[in-house]
Amino acid sequence: MSTLLEISGLRVRYRSGRSEAEALRGIDLSLSASERVAVIGESGSGKSTLALAIAGLLPRDTLLEGDIRWPGLAHAPRNGKDIGFVFQDPGGTLDPVISVGRQVAEVAEVNLGFSRRRAMDLAAELFERVRLQGTLLHAYPHQLSGGQRQRVGIAAAIAAGPAVLVADEPTSALDTIVQAEIVSLIGRLVRESGMALLIVSHDIALAVAIADRIVVLKDGAVVEAGESAEIVARPRAAYTQKLLAACLTLDETADEGAL
Amino acid sequence: MKSPLLSATGLQKTFRRGENRFAALAGVDLEIAAGETLALVGPSGSGKSTLARVLMRLIEPDAGALRFAGENLLALTGSRLRAIRSRFQMVFQDPLAAFNPRATVERVLYDPLRIHRIAGRGERPQRIGALLERVGLADTLRGRRIHEISGGQRQRVAIARAIATGPELVVLDEAVSALDVSVRAEIMALLACLQREQNIAYLFISHDLALVRDTAHRVAVIDQGRIVETGEAKRLIAAPASAMGKALVAAAMKLPRRNGPEFLP
Repeated sequence: MSTLLEISGLRVRYRSGRSEAEALRGIDLSLSASERVAVIGESGSGKSTLALAIAGLLPRDTLLEGDIRWPGLAHAPRNGKDIGFVFQDPGGTLDPVISVGRQVAEVAEVNLGFSRRRAMDLAAELFERVRLQGTLLHAYPHQLSGGQRQRVGIAAAIAAGPAVLVADEPTSALDTIVQAEIVSLIGRLVRESGMALLIVSHDIALAVAIADRIVVLKDGAVVEAGESAEIVARPRAAYTQKLLAACLTLDETADEGAL
Repeated sequence: MKSPLLSATGLQKTFRRGENRFAALAGVDLEIAAGETLALVGPSGSGKSTLARVLMRLIEPDAGALRFAGENLLALTGSRLRAIRSRFQMVFQDPLAAFNPRATVERVLYDPLRIHRIAGRGERPQRIGALLERVGLADTLRGRRIHEISGGQRQRVAIARAIATGPELVVLDEAVSALDVSVRAEIMALLACLQREQNIAYLFISHDLALVRDTAHRVAVIDQGRIVETGEAKRLIAAPASAMGKALVAAAMKLPRRNGPEFLP
């Protein structure tokens, strides 16, 4: 498979006044076309910083060293066109006073040069793909549930047919039933369109459910990376073992004794 | 059978906005025994948080009965309501939103002692030290502001505040959902320890069925403002009877067995 994205020696430092915080300490990571990779870790591990760095969404005064190259693209990547980004809180990224259908259509107008009418037709098609009723095209964000808003966020992210979908904790704000629906939706869309997927999560079970490969981050560095099934079956790093031990799932045998 | 610590019968609550009506609670019956952990599970919008707030008498139900330790909770007002309030407390999902972020840890813990007239003024600083120790926080955190400490530390402060009045019931409304898995495990261990020592009952509201299975005695499943199923935690989650119970279990994330070759479906 051809390499879409190649990251080497990526270091990111945030500046705040005179103090600096190092969020990433030399990351090497590659992503092939159509590959699904999950980046997992706890708060402060640098996983969201990595997603934002890939999409070029870090604050301007962030100090960035190392390389983010896109050998799979013939040009510099454009956000929205080549990279689709799904945020944790879709309510915070949608404009509250523009109908959600228009917001999805705008992505196609800006990135694909579609006319207003053609873009709206595409939005209707995308709503079908993410399983949203067509009548919701004219709804405003506050009229939708959290799960519906995340479907709109996903429709907007894939509107321009990006080569990679970057999803930063896309289900963390949703209840379990909706979480499972969104995970299976993302999985289906990625398979259908052949996009690569880079999903950031604190949830190792979710990572296994959707990704071919898992990268475990701790304190801004990769502590382990490999095939998902392999990592779950034979975690090598102590930190991965700790994450797995703390991760309760329904198919592990229950320990005796309630609270 | 011993009378329950808390019992709710036929609780109803409808929210109105203009023409719109939303029946958040459509007749809830629920009992919590002293010293037990009852988990409340259900999808978003099923009425979990409304029920918690009605039980805490933070919002008034439209109909139904509510008894706490034999007292008719809905009939109490004024000083008698204030007096009984010290016996049930609540911990919210996001302590940063629940507390004044600029308040110091000491301030947050001082208020319930003052409001419920616990210990003399001179004794309270020492009382606060004891509370910090109980929840595993260093005494040096006392002067720190809520916004300066970590999420796990904040939730420990919230628990310290809740137990400051020596309650018999604590409602934990998604109290560990926002925490990292390793911090979550520590907080659950702390809650278990406090329950053993002080015989506190918990109403544990959570989306995390695996956590519920491993920590609760009983589970109640709520759907569209009604309790559709209750039962012993391990048994109910292994074999749910209601449609919503089944849907919640089916949606829970699963990991392949760690030492076997199985893969996800």
